[in-house]
Amino acid sequence: MSGPESAPPRLQMRGITKRYPGVIANNKIDLDVKAGEIHALLGENGAGKTTLMNVLFGLARPDEGEILLDGEPVQITDPADAIARGIGMVHQHFMLIPVLTVAENILLGAETMANSIFLDRREARRRIIELGKRFGFEIDPDARVENLSVGWQQRVEILKALYRQASILVLDEPTAVLTPQETVEVFAVLRRLAAEGHSIIFISHKLYEVLEIADRITVIRRGEVVGTRLPSETNEDDLAELMVGREVQLAVERGTSNPSEPVLTVEDLRVRSDRGQEVVRGVSFAVRAGEILGIAGVAGNGQDELVEAITGLRRSIGGTVHLAGQNITAWSVRERREHGLGYVPGDRQKYGLVLGFTVSDNLVLTRYYNRPFARGIQRADAAIEEWARGKIKEFDIRTPSWAVPAGTLSGGNQQKVIVAREFTPDLKVLVLDQPTRGLDVGSIEFIHKQAIGTRDAGTGILLISAELDEILELCDRIAVMYRGEIVALVDGRPTANKEEIGLLMATGGRVPAEGPPTDTSGQVETAPDTSVRGGTS
Amino acid sequence: MISRPRSYAGWVLVPALSILLALLVASVLIIASGVIGRQRELDLLLPLVAYRSLLVGAFGNLRGIANTIVAATPLMLTGLAVGVGLKAGLFNIGATGQVLLGGFAAALVGTQVADAPLFIAVPVAMLGGILAGALAGFIPGFLKAFTGAHEVVTTIMLNALIQLIVSGLVNDIFRVPGFSFARTATVGNAALTGFGGTTIHLGAIFAFVCIPLSYWLLWRTTVGFEIRAVGANPTAALYAGMHPRRMMILTMSLCGAFAGLAGAIEILRLGYYPAVFGTSIGFDGITVALLGRADPVGILFSALLLGAMRAGAPLMQIEARVPVEIIDVIQGVILIFLAAEIVVRRIFRLRTTPEAGELQTITRTYGEKVVG
Repeated sequence: MSGPESAPPRLQMRGITKRYPGVIANNKIDLDVKAGEIHALLGENGAGKTTLMNVLFGLARPDEGEILLDGEPVQITDPADAIARGIGMVHQHFMLIPVLTVAENILLGAETMANSIFLDRREARRRIIELGKRFGFEIDPDARVENLSVGWQQRVEILKALYRQASILVLDEPTAVLTPQETVEVFAVLRRLAAEGHSIIFISHKLYEVLEIADRITVIRRGEVVGTRLPSETNEDDLAELMVGREVQLAVERGTSNPSEPVLTVEDLRVRSDRGQEVVRGVSFAVRAGEILGIAGVAGNGQDELVEAITGLRRSIGGTVHLAGQNITAWSVRERREHGLGYVPGDRQKYGLVLGFTVSDNLVLTRYYNRPFARGIQRADAAIEEWARGKIKEFDIRTPSWAVPAGTLSGGNQQKVIVAREFTPDLKVLVLDQPTRGLDVGSIEFIHKQAIGTRDAGTGILLISAELDEILELCDRIAVMYRGEIVALVDGRPTANKEEIGLLMATGGRVPAEGPPTDTSGQVETAPDTSVRGGTS
Repeated sequence: MISRPRSYAGWVLVPALSILLALLVASVLIIASGVIGRQRELDLLLPLVAYRSLLVGAFGNLRGIANTIVAATPLMLTGLAVGVGLKAGLFNIGATGQVLLGGFAAALVGTQVADAPLFIAVPVAMLGGILAGALAGFIPGFLKAFTGAHEVVTTIMLNALIQLIVSGLVNDIFRVPGFSFARTATVGNAALTGFGGTTIHLGAIFAFVCIPLSYWLLWRTTVGFEIRAVGANPTAALYAGMHPRRMMILTMSLCGAFAGLAGAIEILRLGYYPAVFGTSIGFDGITVALLGRADPVGILFSALLLGAMRAGAPLMQIEARVPVEIIDVIQGVILIFLAAEIVVRRIFRLRTTPEAGELQTITRTYGEKVVG
């Protein structure tokens, strides 16, 4: 490890141990972060990253170990104490009030007062603008948070911490909600912060990101530090192995596909968004049996509405959808499902699961009314239980039992419940909407393998993903969606060109217009970035 | 509490502690009422005397037990009318109106079958009440499903509407001469009478049957699965191919049917529909449902508890000279503590559960988009 030995690290966590009944969430964890360093904390879901950060932020008391700031041992009693000591936390789920302005959100809890009664809004605005300027993201303090894009909302969160004079910033999976472009922008902000001497703890399980942004990487597995690496001396495979504890196939064996007749045909489909705008504008494509067709595109280009129209959750206003030769455009969700349409939704907690229901009930959520799960209207609990046991085993769902609420499972295992339910042998078409969002490498590997297997069994798969690498990894053909239209349809690897697709995603293949593009945030837009995602694969 | 409770003890803890706290709060009022109202000596033991006679009045002899069951009967039904709705994510405040319409319909049907044999007249009149109550539940269910009108608003308005229409009709078209006050004709053989020398009547048996019936419906059938899925996550229900709108209408109609039966039982016990039929069983149903955690078994026990307080109150008034209205206070305070579950957990230093349960339905923000 480099750096002057004279000055103690900005933050040192020594031998942190935190036990919960039955588990050791953190076992003698050592972590040190220097001033001006971006330190990545890498680990699978449930590895103990969050617990460690909760200890740092005063949300959990460690059973053993100590925390030193600038070499001085400190006791962090609660989040207010942590903030006072210059520790700022940017949560994965933003803690913002949508109807308030940027300035009001930032002031909440750290009110700058003119006197004992009134806020000093002018001074607050001045400081916000100044901070924004200093770190390279000028923001309108009077913009309402609800009108900002997700990327800018995250910057408001960062500003909130900076406004409270945080010098150690913890970012919990900051890129999980961002588009590739926004990720690039946020990375620029983080680098600027580090250059100014801030210490940044960057929590993630995305390997390429960590390699790109971090100065140092600490990998945690099952509550223990299993290694610390410099990005220059490691790679994705090495990190994945450290993280999972075994060799991981980052690139699944895709093999060759044998596509036959089209099973899902979409013709001139037109769909309106909730706001009444036509966001799918005359989309046509066909998915053939035994192939994976990917839809690449920056989030918000009509993919959600397209998927909802195909699966029956939303009425289309024009065009047709055919499933294995039958016109299903006016069919209900259930009719489509009964005729062989499977669907892994993009938002698993909103659409995919009833979190309060047991794992077994979630496994039969779409077929509870059929034999053998029901006789007439009476449920056949024994059959449901037996089915659930089988699926839990087959899909390696980590759960204490079939009878626990699905909400108690980790994200990866929740997704496995959905996959176990939707990936059935009799499918004609399977729609996968962001099937691996927020999942760790092990779960991603598993789901990708399942998808390839299902394809080889003769199912036509439509994959929608904001992760271009995932699309490139799995798809036999790739359609690029831009502003509600399919602007290109290209063959997948090895012919597919990542830079070319990235450019199509960002610009639709046209010369970039000089006016402000799609984003409604009213914020400065960076030039379309073609290197959607760096790193090797 | 959407799925079956993990530990039964934890599940009943908050309701039980709420009752305890309510009894403590009421104790203060009982002591005060002795001093202020009756100008008696300060008697710190008065609450114990009062609660003792309350207990004796409710369970001390066969007649007391019978009275408890009879008082609990309509509460069980209105408790189900609110509780089953909560399972579907609906807050039915309209039990009051559904009770009135059900009772009125039972009175009208009852007069038509007044001369029929008892075993025909009673069920037919009750069926009239059930159907009318279902209609009163169907309307807000339909409005919610197809216009998004919040059921809390529509049921409150329907309560007033039904009450005025029914009392208008009793005062005018259906008024029978020969009485000093407006009332409908007698229901004759459709009237509910006690048997075995007690006040227990056929309606009580009907109500007791409704408890396992709703348990079976909610937990053992596909329809109940859909009701619970729609209540717990309407978007996931839609995604799974269920029909949230249809379930809303069905559930509200079912809730109305339970309340309608409660109204029918109360009216058939009386034998006619009076112009002024004041009853609190509709709103008491809310307390019963929340105290029972919207679970049929819980509703059974909480209805029996509130029924016992009603049945035991007269003896308490006689022996301890504590006004019966203290029962309303206890009931109200229980409701407050249930609604403020966090307060109860804070007082007894209980861990908060992540799931807010049925209360979420009540505190959830209005104006949600109706899916389906």
